[in-house]
Amino acid sequence: MSALRDIVSQGAQMSLVLGLAPLLTGFVRKVKARLLRRRGPPLLQPYRDLIRLMRKDVVLADNASWLFRVIPYLMFAGTWVAASLVPTFGNGLLFSWTADLIAIIALLGSARFFQALAGMDVGTAFGGIGSSREVMIASLAEPAMLITVFSVAMIAGSTQLAYVAEFMGSDAVGLRVSLGMAFVALTIVALAENARIPVDNPATHLELTMVHEAMVLEYSGRHLALVDLSSQLKLLLYVSLIACVFLPWGTATADASVAKLVSGALLYFGKLTVLGFLLAVFETSIAKMRVFRIPEFLGAALMLALLATLLRFVSGSL
Amino acid sequence: MIAVALWSVAALLALAPAGIVLSTRPRGSIILYGGCLLATSTLCVTALSDLLYAPHLTQSATLPIGLPWLGAHFRLDALSAFFLVVVNLGGVAASLFALGYGRHEDSPGRVLPFYPAYLAAMNVVVLASDAFSFLVAWEFMSLTSWALVVSHHRAAENVRAGYVYLLMASFGTLTLLLAFGLLASGAGYDFDAIRASHPSAALAGMVVILVLLGAGSKAGLVPLHAWLPLAHPAAPSHVSGLMSGVMTKVAVYGFVRIVFDLLPEPVWWWSMVVLLVGGPTATLGVLYALMQRDIKRVLAYSTIENIGIIFTGLGLALAFKAEGLDWVAALAFTAAMLHVFNHALFKSLLFFGAGAVLGATGERDMEKLGGLIHRMPTTAVAVLVGCVAISALPPFNGFVSEWLTFQAILLSPHLSSWGLKLVIPAVGGLLALAAAFAAACFVKLYGISFLGRPRSDVAAAAHETDRFSLTAMLMLAAFCLVAGILPGLFIDALAPVSRTMVGNVMPHQVGVQWLTVVPIAESRSSYNGLLVFVFAALCGTAAASAIHRFASDRLRRAPAWDCGYPDPNPTIQYSASSFSQPIRRVFGSVVFAAREIGEMPPPSSPLPARLQVELRDLIWDGLYAPVAIVIDFATDRINILQFLSIRRYLTLVFVALIVLLLVVAL
Repeated sequence: MSALRDIVSQGAQMSLVLGLAPLLTGFVRKVKARLLRRRGPPLLQPYRDLIRLMRKDVVLADNASWLFRVIPYLMFAGTWVAASLVPTFGNGLLFSWTADLIAIIALLGSARFFQALAGMDVGTAFGGIGSSREVMIASLAEPAMLITVFSVAMIAGSTQLAYVAEFMGSDAVGLRVSLGMAFVALTIVALAENARIPVDNPATHLELTMVHEAMVLEYSGRHLALVDLSSQLKLLLYVSLIACVFLPWGTATADASVAKLVSGALLYFGKLTVLGFLLAVFETSIAKMRVFRIPEFLGAALMLALLATLLRFVSGSL
Repeated sequence: MIAVALWSVAALLALAPAGIVLSTRPRGSIILYGGCLLATSTLCVTALSDLLYAPHLTQSATLPIGLPWLGAHFRLDALSAFFLVVVNLGGVAASLFALGYGRHEDSPGRVLPFYPAYLAAMNVVVLASDAFSFLVAWEFMSLTSWALVVSHHRAAENVRAGYVYLLMASFGTLTLLLAFGLLASGAGYDFDAIRASHPSAALAGMVVILVLLGAGSKAGLVPLHAWLPLAHPAAPSHVSGLMSGVMTKVAVYGFVRIVFDLLPEPVWWWSMVVLLVGGPTATLGVLYALMQRDIKRVLAYSTIENIGIIFTGLGLALAFKAEGLDWVAALAFTAAMLHVFNHALFKSLLFFGAGAVLGATGERDMEKLGGLIHRMPTTAVAVLVGCVAISALPPFNGFVSEWLTFQAILLSPHLSSWGLKLVIPAVGGLLALAAAFAAACFVKLYGISFLGRPRSDVAAAAHETDRFSLTAMLMLAAFCLVAGILPGLFIDALAPVSRTMVGNVMPHQVGVQWLTVVPIAESRSSYNGLLVFVFAALCGTAAASAIHRFASDRLRRAPAWDCGYPDPNPTIQYSASSFSQPIRRVFGSVVFAAREIGEMPPPSSPLPARLQVELRDLIWDGLYAPVAIVIDFATDRINILQFLSIRRYLTLVFVALIVLLLVVAL
């Protein structure tokens, strides 16, 4: 009976993240538009876009290889598996012990690895520029993320997200300087990894600024839909990750009652709304950076994360 | 079982002179590589059965060769057995690959005799149990591989590579000789006797430094790596695979054997030295790799990175062992050994892939390749697996060993030494950087050479390689996947090695639910490669089937869109150098003193614009060049002695005699 329950709640979590991801993107876009005094597209526009793309034929470049056609599925699978390992409304889900935070980063790394390959497959200059910049950003963002995870894991004594979330929700945490630094570092990494302003602007097609868009320029139809869905899932993943590590209140435990689960889900919606709103405010109040300013921005994250880890070594309580 | 192993080695040694005869026969290479395949598979199976079924049995044998009063001692324990598996698995794959690849050799007489001798030498190093046999086999290994490096001796760069290699190999052997000299001073040459003696802490520390120099120069630790990117690419590709994938592991074996086995309990500062060398080696190696455009050089530099990861694991194991935390030491040591195994798999695979590309196109320069995925589909799949595995991405094997290393790093707050507490997080940061760079590096390698449009006629006319080579590559690729999704089996097989070396083992993994890897406790961390793999495969297939059922599955071919301005010229694509340009701009100015000189002629001038990039190997300039200058200077001065008149010679001899007499008298 409990096995069935576990499967149901894990399935619910997976379909929830999949279903919510476009909504979060739509919400951020809407808030950004309102802040700029535009009306903006409707909240459900990302769903419509996905459905429209799904219905269209794929126009494939002549010399695209089989890898180009497989990559959208690989990216989607990698991102979805990673997203299903992050606790959302409930904690201690069935598959939570399958992989820890380091593995989640590596899964996202696999998705990015293939995405960068896709950019180079057709053999155009745009794809190359996107892939080349993407790996430059990733080569700074990924270590920053890993070291942030080190600092959080050393505080919580575990790299297992379920236990980290449980620990962060308990009274044992208190206010710590190192956690604050880790939070800032994680936020910077999340902005970079999700191709948000100030690192990248997915809304433009201007060759000087774009990274993510340049890589997926040759995709169309269902392939593009999957790529878009993967990046929406990734945004949701990062927002849920920040929510689950730094705002762990209200997450239901594994054996909680249905009422608890529902309240956990409601609180999770609340957290997504708040964080999505903050993201939109941040993005409208800052300008896109030049490509070669990005290393400084991400270097700050790297330093903060390293400082947080060292602080943890020097003092057990900070 | 040691008898079987020694007989197989003898068979390999017998094949070496046979190679001289066989090289003149049309089917000679097939017979020779077939023989090597047989001998190495026998050795591999023997060692594997020893490791799995009789891990605590130590077998030894003494042969009446070598030094007259000593004989040659051989010993097969868990550590030797494990490294025999690594060496001979690499040997099996390389021989299988060479069955096809070796047929195209222009001058088989320069390769065939040395190849089996080289394999035999590596096996003897791992089996040797006295300092004399060990050093002789070590030197034999260096010399045979040197002969293979200069087998294509008409290219000037290969001759230079051989020269630098010979110098560094001599240096390495010299330091090992000194290390054994120090160890043997109180005990004798036999490893058992050395193990039983108790050298003083200062002596042991000196031995550690010397072994780090000796084994480290063979393995390619920065700053002793300078020869490796020259020598590994110069050899024929199956030998490159062996040199990079396997011989560097024999060097790791030498380090582990002496530091973990022959020396007494470690002191904390040993680990500090190893960590301070290992961490930077990992990051620098891969940064160098990123800057290269020659496929085999990229792979050679990436070997340096992986050696850095292995030595970091070993350094962590030393640190924890020094503080008595055996259970963490076992974790770090197992991580290092697993990475030894993994790297042997994927580096051999990638070198074979580079060999297949070289055979099909005659090119090692990535900027003349492209689009090979269409021409060499099976090679492309195998190399893709190798690239994903070496970039430490799940569900392949490279990820597991790096993950275990990270888990060991996360336990470092348990240490009491402040120096280590500060160094280990920094080393962890360096490893994280190296992992990210490795992914970038292999996106570049694969993307530039296998994807896109062909950049030259040879790339456009490439053809798939032969069946033997493909079998070898696919076998290694399959191992990479199996070791990635069932890591528990491999960790358990390593338990006897870790018990004999650090005195403790990681928790037993087989039997944990669903084959999850749990290094310490489930509340701390766990990883299940099998479930991740199955789960991802299910998600991917679900997405594919849903789309093909409910959405449009039609597909049209058309010219690339490229923002509306497609250019048919393939040189418009990103090249290897342009791909790494952003990273070069971020890190290059510090690490390589990189300079970009752009020449832009005025608007009306017909001259082409030029961009010149200068990269310098600061370690070469700072360490090797001054040594070379000093030696040049000194030899010039001493050279005067060669042209003295007979009277001056007599005076010189007289003065020397007086000086010597004075020295003796005082």
